[in-house]
Amino acid sequence: MGVGIQVENLNAWYGSTHTLQDINLHIPANHATALIGPSGCGKSTFVRCLNRMHETNPIARATGVIKMGDLDIYKDASPVEIRRRVGMVFQRPNPFPTMSIYDNVASGLKLNGFRNRRILDETVERSLKQAALWEEVKDDLKKKSGASLSGGQQQRMCIARALAVDPEVLLMDEPASALDPVSTSKIEDLIFQLKSQYTIVIVTHNMQQAARVAENTGFFLNGKMVEFDSTHKIFTNPSDKRTEDYITGRFG
Amino acid sequence: MQTSNLAPAVFVADPHAVQIRTVEPSPVRAFLNARGSGKLADGSFAAVMMLCACSIFAIVLFIFSILILRSKLSLVAFGWKFFTRQAWDPVSGDFGALPFIYGTLATSFLALLIAVPLALGVAVFLTELCPKPLRGPISFLTELLAAIPSVVYGLWAVFVLVPLMRDVLGPFLYKTLGWTGFFEGTNFGVGMLTAGIILAIMILPIISSLTRDIMTAVPNSQREGVLALGATRWEMIRIGVLRNSRIGIVGAIMLGLGRALGETMAVTMVIGNHPEINKSLFAPGYTLASVIANEFSEATGDLYLSALIEIGLALFLVTIVVNAIARLMVWAVTRGAPARVA
Repeated sequence: MGVGIQVENLNAWYGSTHTLQDINLHIPANHATALIGPSGCGKSTFVRCLNRMHETNPIARATGVIKMGDLDIYKDASPVEIRRRVGMVFQRPNPFPTMSIYDNVASGLKLNGFRNRRILDETVERSLKQAALWEEVKDDLKKKSGASLSGGQQQRMCIARALAVDPEVLLMDEPASALDPVSTSKIEDLIFQLKSQYTIVIVTHNMQQAARVAENTGFFLNGKMVEFDSTHKIFTNPSDKRTEDYITGRFG
Repeated sequence: MQTSNLAPAVFVADPHAVQIRTVEPSPVRAFLNARGSGKLADGSFAAVMMLCACSIFAIVLFIFSILILRSKLSLVAFGWKFFTRQAWDPVSGDFGALPFIYGTLATSFLALLIAVPLALGVAVFLTELCPKPLRGPISFLTELLAAIPSVVYGLWAVFVLVPLMRDVLGPFLYKTLGWTGFFEGTNFGVGMLTAGIILAIMILPIISSLTRDIMTAVPNSQREGVLALGATRWEMIRIGVLRNSRIGIVGAIMLGLGRALGETMAVTMVIGNHPEINKSLFAPGYTLASVIANEFSEATGDLYLSALIEIGLALFLVTIVVNAIARLMVWAVTRGAPARVA
């Protein structure tokens, strides 16, 4: 089950570039939240702050408070502990090419020393079913390499890999931008199914996608969050002129 | 999921019951939440790795200090001039390293001159042009060359390369390139050129197999990008492959050069072992490594021994200087340019 995320005065830098400026928002539990905005507006950086991936870059740093449930992720826990609770799906599918499909999905558990075969089997099956990939791969789970799948299948496998650890939050950084429309709609269906059980944050360039899958949408521009509201309000009656210009295609 | 004995407890209409279900974390989540932060493990891992890295410094420092300590006698007797003196007379106790430094550098660069184009050719052929079924056998053969012990190379050189040089290759070079002055004088078959050739054969496998690995790592999108601009195969290899792997190739060459500078046995068997600086490559020479191997067991007297150890120090310094120059060259070539493919 997911937890809500409270972000207070988040600032982030890459070197001397101030990529995120005073971000404040509340991401509700067990809902999908979309982040939209032009390239370089800071939405990916924002998502990477939520699982402390931002700080893996030596020139990057961040200040502010992010709370997941009661947990202050910058104070109460190590990055490793945070990332065990927060799953992430990247823009390009990144299967582990030396592992079978089964090992790819089970890798999050195996690296943590989880050895119970029966629960591992169940978890792999459950995650692949959640990612709508089970029927396509169940016959060669341990025979085929994760990299032998098609791009769309790889991305769904990566989603299954993130779901296998039963995360409280699922971050998706443009998960469908490298995929064809069929795979994209499968991924969107998936988000739609999953959002009752997980807190999902999805970065997207595709505004229809945001409108289709998310209850809430945030609009980022030049490192600031211009507007955050229900998706319906953002797309029909935005309160900020810049949001309106962006969603109507007047810039960006 | 629901077993029959659980079913009555979970009544969906009852909000309290639903809440009980959601509070209970799954076995997977419970297991993960129970795990520690791993801070201790990560910290000790970093410390152990640090220790491994420090051992390199320790070893280098240790070797360097022993070399200096043991060559003190000769260092005091000849000072810095040791590296520029040409004398090598154990009987009267007069020592200098220059002929050996010259011999080492000359044979090694000769070896690079021959081996680098050959190795690049092998690597380009293997990665870009070779039909698939041939790739395995050729790669295997080049790597086999690296596994042959150097004394075996020496034997082969004595029985095959020396006569070949004396009777065929030498006279041919004298006739065609004799005017350059590099191929003059009596040709006994043993000498710097023979040593250079055997060194080239010995460093060929290491350079070509490393270069091949580096070129294989260039992503195909780079090749396609260049081909799509209308490039020929050679242009594609030059811009799309070689240019992207140039730093790695220089690294491979440096590893080969390192081996050539230090190679002892095979060189000792064919170089002639005569400490003299001569422009002609037919002339016998001597290298830093060979003189240590040849004379260490018969070095009588403390100064002689000390001088030989200082020869070791010279070899150490030559290797450092050559590597530094190579680094500088790489830096000069790639300055400002993006270094590698993302």
